Amino acid sequence: MEYLAAALLGLAGGVVGGVLGVGGGILFVPALTIFLDEPQLVAQATSLVAVIPVAIVGTWRQHRHGNVRLADGILIGVLSPLGVVAGVVVSNAVSERVLELSFAGLLLVVAAQLVRRALRSEPREAPPQADAA
Amino acid sequence: MTGSTRDRLLKLGVIATAAGAFSGMFGVGGGTVIVPLLILWFAYGEREATGTSLAAIVVIALVAALAQGAYGNVDLLRGALVGAPAAVGVILGTSLQQRLSERAISILFAALLVVVAVELVIG
Repeated sequence: MEYLAAALLGLAGGVVGGVLGVGGGILFVPALTIFLDEPQLVAQATSLVAVIPVAIVGTWRQHRHGNVRLADGILIGVLSPLGVVAGVVVSNAVSERVLELSFAGLLLVVAAQLVRRALRSEPREAPPQADAA
Repeated sequence: MTGSTRDRLLKLGVIATAAGAFSGMFGVGGGTVIVPLLILWFAYGEREATGTSLAAIVVIALVAALAQGAYGNVDLLRGALVGAPAAVGVILGTSLQQRLSERAISILFAALLVVVAVELVIG
């Protein structure tokens, strides 16, 4: 039963990943901690194993719809380890709670900007279905 | 290198650094950072931003999984148990996304950011 619940959360995480362009870890980590009894650290690491197929399959599907700028994407991916190092340096210098609250605040600002921009712009509807299934 | 190319590379570097830093510090995936910045800074369409973000995540997740694997933190079997249905889910999700307006994608994404922010505060 726990396995089924974990698999269903995995499926849901994949759907969220496809709609929003994220890896799905937001649902994979709870699937692993709550239903498969993994400790938090192991769950975060293990969720990466589930993120990989989501990202590969999602890129492939979006590429067929002409929605991937591959050079930009790969460049961001290749340069991101710089940020991991920067993050480790910062997190050793500043208290974790301050970081969490700052990042949460930043996310809310970005969310507000996205909504404002979306409401201001002309609604761009889904393109006519050229669904290469 | 022209000024605009340099500017573009610089911005992509900033997005990459932010994505890496936040995923390193909070275990929040890079996508929550990459998608909105591509939309707000590069005027990417929502669909393009999410598609390109997934391509970046392929690289980020592979590198991170290898590094975590080297420390013995990865449970491959349980990862596959969650990841296999997730691969099916992403096919459904990308297909569903093609039927949404870009405005709707932006608003759904903003909702995701609020959820992540709340999790950071109470988690």
